[in-house]
Formats: sequence, structure tokens, C-alpha cells
Amino acid sequence: MMDPIVLFFILGLAAGLARSDLRLPGSIYELLSVVLLLAIGMKGGVELAQQSLATLLPQMIAVVIMGSLLPLAAYPALRLLGRLSRVDAAAIAAHYGSVSVGTYAVAVAWLVSREIPFEEHMPLLLVLLEVPAIVVGIMLARGLAANTNWPRLAHEIFLGKSIVLLIGGLLIGWAAGPEALEPVSNLFFGLFHGVLALFLLEMGLVAAGQVGSLRRHGLFLVAFGVLFPLFGALVGAGLGQLLGLSVGGTMLLATLAASASYIAVPAALRLALPEANPTLSLTASLGVTFPFNILIGIPLYMRLAESLNSIGG
Amino acid sequence: MHTEARKLVTIVTEAALERRISEDLKRLGAHGYTVCDARGEGSRGVRSAGWEASSNIRIEVVCDTATAEAIATYLRTHYYDHYSMILFMSEVGVLRPEKF
Repeated sequence: MMDPIVLFFILGLAAGLARSDLRLPGSIYELLSVVLLLAIGMKGGVELAQQSLATLLPQMIAVVIMGSLLPLAAYPALRLLGRLSRVDAAAIAAHYGSVSVGTYAVAVAWLVSREIPFEEHMPLLLVLLEVPAIVVGIMLARGLAANTNWPRLAHEIFLGKSIVLLIGGLLIGWAAGPEALEPVSNLFFGLFHGVLALFLLEMGLVAAGQVGSLRRHGLFLVAFGVLFPLFGALVGAGLGQLLGLSVGGTMLLATLAASASYIAVPAALRLALPEANPTLSLTASLGVTFPFNILIGIPLYMRLAESLNSIGG
Repeated sequence: MHTEARKLVTIVTEAALERRISEDLKRLGAHGYTVCDARGEGSRGVRSAGWEASSNIRIEVVCDTATAEAIATYLRTHYYDHYSMILFMSEVGVLRPEKF
């Protein structure tokens, strides 16, 4: 059975590849992503209120470490096998160490439609995974003694829309609690799958738009865009098991580790590393990894989580 | 009707730069500016405005010649190498010279 939201993605992809004149206005895309980010944040925030810091803290520290190490693993592969310049390799590594909220949303929808339980506070880990890779990527490109303007950069990273909306959603959900959210829940939770479907339609169009540059930049990016997520999924699933997450939670952490950013990281790096070619990172992350994760990765990561869980007992 | 001559500086560039450039413009002496979303195609490919990373903006500034030249010089040295950006100037007539 194929999820309808995935079919919307395929529709967008097909329409884009066939050069249809279909396009969603930029402001609609903005609205869809605002609703998704807030909904994901609020879901996590409601759950956060029930958790003690003692359970959360080890998980929070562990994912920050994972988010910092993933770009360090990606960088040598990009530099040595891909023969990319230092700054391009560092920029792509930052994208792959960070996460894609769109991919996360599809994985959550996948679990919900199969009634598989997962840790509802995952959005907290999602937010924490967005940032470390950006910092590591800039350090890889510039070295430690960089003349990077960190205060200005911190402002641009932490006040980027995806982080503001996710953290804002977390806080709203945490402060309001499930009953108080009832009046807004129709928009944010009731319409979640429909909004996600439209969002994926647009993402299909965007992914199809990357095909031209994929042809130019060739096989290496395709191989990296598929193989590195598989490696990331192994790391994420392994960590999920170490942290004692449920099968659903392990699958989500694997998906997060396998996903590559296309909102927070490109925006921050465009300003912090202007000489990095944004086309390379976006082609890999949007043209290869996002479709791969949506179409093939998510079910695969579920099986990975299940088999790790049965080995671990 | 009598009008005073001023320069209209038009900049088309990546939306990511909006905040930085608006700060630059004020620092360089512009009294105001207008920004709108834009899309198009150029040497750096199609900028379709389908989503953030491919969106463009068009900034217009009306100012005196000295300020216009300062803006053009500054943007050329700081952004031309690594960003999609074009800038052009034209002569315009304004009714209230003290505003510009």
C-alpha cells in the first residue's frame, strides 16, 4: 500500500519532470511550511510537559553529539571521493548533518497511519539536530581561527524561520497543554495530512527542478545522496536502540539522521559561506536524498529499527 | 511641472540578502527603499521563487548621485563574486527633493 501523501509527491515530481506549468505560489508554500512546523512543534510540546528532564537530558545530549559527528563523517567522503573543494564539501556535510522537517513529517504520518507508537517528544530532538551541523560545517570550511562573525551568524541561525516556529510551537504546546489547544487543533492537527500532501506536491515540483543540475554534477552526488543517508540511518537507529527508544522512535531517529536539511542550513550557509556553491548541496539534498527517503528510505528504516530491536531484545 | 533629478538604483538579488542589504543601504545614506519579490532567469539559472532558496527580490532606491555611486561600489565589492545580483541605475525626476 502506498500512502496518499507519497502519491502527491510523485504527482509533483511527474508534473515537474514533464514541464507542466503547475506551480504553487511562494506564499502558499510559506503558509504550508508554517503550519507544518508549528504543528510538529506543538505536538512535541504537549508531550514535553509530561516528561522529566532526567529522561530527556541524555537523549538531548546524545542527538547533539550525533548531529556534530555526522558532518565530520560526510566531509572526508565528499573531499576525497567526490574531489570537491573544501568549502563545498563542508557545506554539503552541514546539510547532511542537519535534518529535514518535511522528511520527518512524512515519517510521522507513515507511523500514524499504521498505528505504530513512537516517542511524541521527538520534535525536541528534531530542533536540537538542526543546529550543530551548521556550526561544524562552518568550522570545517573556515578552520577554528575563523573570521566568522559568530554573534551575527547565531542571530541568523536561531532566528531562522524553521527554528523559531519549531521552538515556538514546542513552547506553545508545553505552556497550553492538550485541552487548551483544542480550539486550534482542527487547523494544526486535523488538517495535518492534507497540508502535508500539498507541501509534498510542491516539494515534488522543486525536486524535479533539480534534475538539470543533477545531470551537470553527475554520479557522485547521486551516490552520496543515497549512500550517506543509509549510513546516517544506521547511526540513528543504533543510537535510538542505545537510548532505549521504541521501534517507532528508533525509526524516527534513523529517518532524522538520514535526512538532509533544505531550509535552515541553506539559509544560514548562504550568508556564512557565500563562496560555497548552493546548487551542489541543494541538488543532493532535494534532488536525491529527499525523494529517496520519501519513496524508499522510510519503510527501509522501519525494517532496520525492527531488526535492531529484535537483536537487542 | 518642475522636477529635480535623482538616481533610481534597482537591485535584483537573492532573497537571503534582504536584511543585510537593507542595513547596508541605510548605512550608505539612502533615506528609504522599496522591496518586492521577483523571479526570473539569468547567468546563475532560473530563480523561480518556488521556495526560499530560489527566491529573488527587487530593491529600488531613489537617492542622489553620490549615494547611488556609494551603494553601487559597496554592493559590487561585497556581493558580486558569490551572489546572484544585478544592479542598474536610471535618471528619474522627483517632486520633493528633500525626501531623497
